[in-house]
Amino acid sequence: MTPGMAILWAVLGPLGAAVLVRLLDRWPNLREAASLLVGGGVFAVVAGVLTPRVMAGERPRLEILDILPGVTLAFEVEPLGMIFGLVASGLWVVTTLFAIGYMRGHNEIHQTRFYVCFALAIFGALGVAFAANVFTLFVFYELITLSTYPLVTHHGTAKAKAAGRTYLGVLMGTSIAFLLLALVWTHQLAGGTDFVIGGILTGKASDDMLMLLLALYAFGTAKAALMPFHRWLPAAMVAPTPVSALLHAVAVVKAGVFTILKVVVYIFGLDLLQETGASQWLTWVAATTLLLASVVAIQQDNLKRRLAYSTISQLAYIVLCAALATPYAIVGGASHIAMHAMGKITLFFCAGAIFVEAHKTEISNMRGLGRRMPFTMMAFLVGSASVIGIPPFGGGVSKVMLMMGTAEAGPNYVMLGVYALSSLLAIGYLMPVVFNGFYGITVVEEENRVEKNQPLRDVVNDLRRAPFLVGPPVLTALGCIALAVGQLFFFDLLSVFFP
Amino acid sequence: MSASWVAHLESQLPAIQVVAPMLTAPVCVLLRRSRAAWMLAMTVTLGSLLTSLLMLRHVLLHGALSYQMGGWAPPWGIELRIEVLNAFVLVIVSGISSVVLSAAPGSLPKEVPEERHYLFYAAFLLCMTGLLGMTSAGDVFNVFVFLEISSLSSYTLVALGPSRRALVAAFRYLIVGTMGGTFLLLGIGMLYMMTGTLNIVDLGIRLVEVQGDRTLLVALACVVVGTSIKLALFPLGLWLPNAYTFAPAEVSAFLAATATKVSYYVLARFLFLIFGVSLAFDRLHFDHVLLPMALVAMFVGSLVAIFQTDLKRLLAYSSLAQVGYMVLGLALANRSGLTGGIVHLFNHALMKSGLFLVLAAVVLRLGATRLQDVRGLGRQMPWTMAAFVVGGLSLIGVPLTAGFVSKWYLVQGALESGRPLVAALILGSSLLAVVYVWRVVEEIYFQPAPEGRQVAEAPLGLLVPIWLLIGGTVVFGIFGSATADVARQAADLLLQGPPVGPALGGSP
Repeated sequence: MTPGMAILWAVLGPLGAAVLVRLLDRWPNLREAASLLVGGGVFAVVAGVLTPRVMAGERPRLEILDILPGVTLAFEVEPLGMIFGLVASGLWVVTTLFAIGYMRGHNEIHQTRFYVCFALAIFGALGVAFAANVFTLFVFYELITLSTYPLVTHHGTAKAKAAGRTYLGVLMGTSIAFLLLALVWTHQLAGGTDFVIGGILTGKASDDMLMLLLALYAFGTAKAALMPFHRWLPAAMVAPTPVSALLHAVAVVKAGVFTILKVVVYIFGLDLLQETGASQWLTWVAATTLLLASVVAIQQDNLKRRLAYSTISQLAYIVLCAALATPYAIVGGASHIAMHAMGKITLFFCAGAIFVEAHKTEISNMRGLGRRMPFTMMAFLVGSASVIGIPPFGGGVSKVMLMMGTAEAGPNYVMLGVYALSSLLAIGYLMPVVFNGFYGITVVEEENRVEKNQPLRDVVNDLRRAPFLVGPPVLTALGCIALAVGQLFFFDLLSVFFP
Repeated sequence: MSASWVAHLESQLPAIQVVAPMLTAPVCVLLRRSRAAWMLAMTVTLGSLLTSLLMLRHVLLHGALSYQMGGWAPPWGIELRIEVLNAFVLVIVSGISSVVLSAAPGSLPKEVPEERHYLFYAAFLLCMTGLLGMTSAGDVFNVFVFLEISSLSSYTLVALGPSRRALVAAFRYLIVGTMGGTFLLLGIGMLYMMTGTLNIVDLGIRLVEVQGDRTLLVALACVVVGTSIKLALFPLGLWLPNAYTFAPAEVSAFLAATATKVSYYVLARFLFLIFGVSLAFDRLHFDHVLLPMALVAMFVGSLVAIFQTDLKRLLAYSSLAQVGYMVLGLALANRSGLTGGIVHLFNHALMKSGLFLVLAAVVLRLGATRLQDVRGLGRQMPWTMAAFVVGGLSLIGVPLTAGFVSKWYLVQGALESGRPLVAALILGSSLLAVVYVWRVVEEIYFQPAPEGRQVAEAPLGLLVPIWLLIGGTVVFGIFGSATADVARQAADLLLQGPPVGPALGGSP
């Protein structure tokens, strides 16, 4: 398979899956099989064909067509996009497995529409991952927004519609008002928007202009949930849990931070930002988001809301990495995309499994649940450890690199203090869930017995009864550990950023 | 068949194009039968589409095409003159008229009684005569004459609307429209007084030599006010919402795609080819007036559209906003900005006529177009409503739709002219479009249909024209270079300004 064809297959695969799913509307088993098979195929192409080539230093490229003179729809695979592509296509399969368990176990409506939109969102994510210029990235960025809107409003209730309005309003509003402006401006300043290593803006704009342009990019990409444009993420929690997994780990927020990273590396260029200091202010905005979101997360009792604020704070880490604009920080940010995806998807799978199996949404009601769903809770523990950044789990690695990146940019003790504090806060909002789950002995135990007429200590039940619900979180929890071991892979892939 | 015969025919095209619909309009009245009148009108409209395509080809290959009525040489005789820009406008007008007219047998019966159909077709043809004439006329007086023809027939078209309020709307349109015509005539009179000529090429040559900024400014102001009324530039376009709302949906689709577009062309021609950039903008600073007016139109139109409960009215206010974008392109007066304005002329004609035809289908099935009427229609008329969504996305300017192409050039034009704030405002007003489009989308897809309402999908006779237009917005969004290239050529032509050289026919 030529690399160009591989890109085409990888990007169009999800689109084909969406069509297939729609056609197989009446045969649910075949319909899900189609999602899984295409998902597996796309992952195989990305991991098997594209990754080795990118590792070997190639940059497979594919041009589709010129929309306008000088504005081209084109794809090019480079290391950052490679990581995001691997995350999106790999987690698509796992999330589909989980969605089968969740959607059927919960008797959700409009399941076909759900899988169609899901596949379209992955189509968008892969398009963003492999985009060769800002224009292509913008097109697919908008596609993600539009295709996930029906997922957020899935239940069609008044609450879901209100959330959908916030979702669409913030994401589309910022992308049209800021990101599109940044895109046209970049095009006008540099005569194009191609991603080129070292950036394309050197010598094309004054320092103030660069700062403004970076602000347009950073706030225009509201999918990165930088405060004050973070409201859509907690609002979108009304959606079914597999959708939350998609939003938080697979496609949406990752597309946001990925965009910022990519623009910093390939449009501005690290050297330019280092020289001009145009991204200094962004480190402080990100640090503020980081801490504030953590503080808000601690106060939430609803598990999904708490996880949502935790995501906002973790995303701010990645934006911070981009704003530091040093090679180590970029590597840290890129690997944190993968690490956080794996960790956070585990946590959301667990939250979904708990909801379907035990009908619990509030953390205070989950005391003692670990004895009924031990696998789920263990997976939650591993996922938490990874998100907090406890070595040897995945997240620990990326945070070490972030600290090295900070040191590289010059001694900044305030920033190091921020990291320490935020890690403590992360322990504060994630660990109590696990702690209460295993050690909390409360009235809830009684309630559980009445509700579900079965022995509490039936440990095996957890896994046996719902392989689709509990299997995926266990799988991704193992993935968190595997990523920590596979960190060398990231170094290999991203070594191009070191001078 | 000799080549000279073909060449001879080609040189007659400008006249055929205007005369054919004018002569067939009375025939429609004589025919009386709805079906026969439609077939005749359809043939003539398709004929003028063919003619304008031939002329566009000729103009692109061989340059301007000039026809002298009765063989009298300009500046004394009446000249029809086809250049890149107006050939483009002619194709738009006749092309979209053909598509809209093809939907007439499907949608008219619900809104206009059968025995009056022939009047519709006659007025339609006359209106088209006026519009085609305004576009191809080579002298300003005939621009005025054809403007009156198109105006008078469009009052009739609006008055054909089903409710009695259509009459009031048409009357109001008539009053305001006549004022517009009068202003234009005043402006033309002053130009004649200063230069002694009416021919557009001649005027352009002579006007730069005219001394006395004050008279020039007043003449320019009169012309701009006159055309702006027809163009529906806020606040001069307030006749438009009522007219579009109470006219038959078919008529709204036709007028939205053609009448405002032709007036836009006339305005552009006065500003760039008669006065010229250096006179109108650098010397008289007319952009100081035009730019704020365009911005206000963009915002007021969209803001008011958000609060409408009738879909036709919503689209009408959205038109006011879109006119703002087009005029903004003129006010920016640079290559990208003008390209954006001109390409938006085409793109907006496509999407707005498509959207109004969607409403024609809704009227056909439901009899009303209020927001609460379209609840849950997404399941009952899936194809029609999908067309509405695509058209709406194009209004917003989502990439890969035609609207994006226009916004791209407009924003770039604003940045090139060193006005980043204007660029931000263009995009900011797009956000308002998100709001008004999404209000409708929510009603269509997320509200249950009222109990017991059973409606079928729109008939093919309407679906095909709808998807021709809406599909066009997607095609020209993906292959934007095609339209953008033509628009850029037209923009270059406008920026070249009035011709320089000896005046036609010696000194006055």
